[in-house]
Amino acid sequence: MQFDFSTIAFFIFSLIAISGALGVATNRNLFRGIIWLIVSLFGVAGLFVLLSAPFLAAVQILVYIGAIAILFTFAVMLTRSLTRLTDRFNRLWPSAIVSGLFFVLLVVGVIWPVWGSTNAYDVPASDVVRTTVDLGVVLLAGEGFVLPFEVASLLLTAAMIGAIVIARDADEEEERQ
Amino acid sequence: MACTGLCDLLVQGGMDAGLAQFISLFFGVVLVATVPLLTVILLIWVERKIAARIQDRIGPNRVGPLGLLQTFADLMKLLIKEDITPAAADRLLYNAAPIVSFASVVLIWAVVPFTPYHYGVDLEIGALYFVAVASFGTLAIMTAGWASNNKYALLGAFRVVALLVSYEIPLVFALLVPVLLAGSMSLVDIGYAQAGMWFVFMAPLAMVLFFISSQAETGRAPFDLIEAESELVAGFNIEYSGMKFGMFFAAEFLHVFTNAVLLAVLFMGAWFFPLWQEPLIGFFWLGVKASLLYFISLWLRNTVPRLRIDQVMSFNWFFLVPVSILNLLVTALLVMVMKEIGWVPLDVAGNMALQLGTTLELLPMTVVLFASNVLIMLPIFNRLRRIGREQREAAEVRSRQRLALTPAGD
Repeated sequence: MQFDFSTIAFFIFSLIAISGALGVATNRNLFRGIIWLIVSLFGVAGLFVLLSAPFLAAVQILVYIGAIAILFTFAVMLTRSLTRLTDRFNRLWPSAIVSGLFFVLLVVGVIWPVWGSTNAYDVPASDVVRTTVDLGVVLLAGEGFVLPFEVASLLLTAAMIGAIVIARDADEEEERQ
Repeated sequence: MACTGLCDLLVQGGMDAGLAQFISLFFGVVLVATVPLLTVILLIWVERKIAARIQDRIGPNRVGPLGLLQTFADLMKLLIKEDITPAAADRLLYNAAPIVSFASVVLIWAVVPFTPYHYGVDLEIGALYFVAVASFGTLAIMTAGWASNNKYALLGAFRVVALLVSYEIPLVFALLVPVLLAGSMSLVDIGYAQAGMWFVFMAPLAMVLFFISSQAETGRAPFDLIEAESELVAGFNIEYSGMKFGMFFAAEFLHVFTNAVLLAVLFMGAWFFPLWQEPLIGFFWLGVKASLLYFISLWLRNTVPRLRIDQVMSFNWFFLVPVSILNLLVTALLVMVMKEIGWVPLDVAGNMALQLGTTLELLPMTVVLFASNVLIMLPIFNRLRRIGREQREAAEVRSRQRLALTPAGD
């Protein structure tokens, strides 16, 4: 296994992502949990950079950290009672055992095929190097992903309209009627 | 990457090539990160002097000649202050928030192209990186508001986050116009694309929208309800004192100047100037343009009163967002049409390449885009003027009615 900078960077970013995820799951303070989530998302953005997708890395930071995590924080700040959980174990231990077994199964399933063979590690993180221009062309080309792209934007519009309808003041509506 | 300069020197001295490259890159990073830090020292003095002159007073004039050493005196004061952490505050987050806030501003300087050859890094996604890093600052402010364990701080943080997240939308839409015209998100490419004609002449509306949105993003008047001293007792940074407050303070000033530099790079031709063209002269001209825009921002700050949060929100959602979307759509449509006509310089592959056009070639395109911007804004301005006039007359009628109802001399 060759130790060049991309390997070191991969280890660092994976460490950040995994430790962030562990922090989210184990921290009893909900706000700190969100900060750990942000750390984990940061690690994922770094992994995107290693996969030659800088656009996705920037969008990950801009959308996930800059908007979605802030939305989570708003939700947490407005429900104060959950920020200091005091029980160490809750009543969900059967599902915890099941998910632990599932995790072990997944780890074994991923590592077993590449165990021992050394040439599997020599693959760089991404052997296909595409630029953002290619991403744009693929997203909007007729034979590319333009249909899912447009359908996704319709979905987002519908979600936004739904949120506005739900969040509208009921008093306002009665007044208008 | 080629091993030149410092790296070459170290390798000749016998150091390992990889280590030499790492050290030379490290020094490059330190240099790029030091430029904003040194700039902020001067900026605080400039800000205070100009604010003073607009307010018809002198400003700092005792410490050092013309008060130039005032910033150092303030720095000393902040450094030797007691480092207080509120008892119930979240220690780690409380101490980390100012650092993240300042880091989010300094990180932007990594992509700023000072000259065509001197820049931190030429990211393929430079413009998007700038917006992504700026959203980090939002996070820092919210963390500060929460971690202070203070109701005023929390309220301030709520308002701030609503403001900052809302104003990212017209910021990105206005940013898309120079990206569209240059055909690339890289700031160096956007700089090169202004060789013939600055984007301020092709997209003045986008520049104004970007300016307004960036004023709101950094919390400058008239959007400075972020730290409305008279309302919220300093907003999210109530519980911060000493050097931690100093970091928030410095981050805000530096952020405004960084936005001015980015405005100059995106719209005012980066390092180009019609007469004299050398890289170092370009660096000087970039500084001049950025300072001019910074002065306009200071001028605005010391002149207009503060807006309320609901005014700020309705301004964004009812004015800035529709206008910026409309501007982008119209610009894109016109550029497409002009590409067919042949008024846009193309490169060999048929892609838009503004850097290959001379000023004369770009003139028809510029005139068309400029006219389109004016035509977008004229009806909107007229409508706004009419609405303003109606509201003023209605207010006058109401005040006259009130005067008529109350008996005089009672």
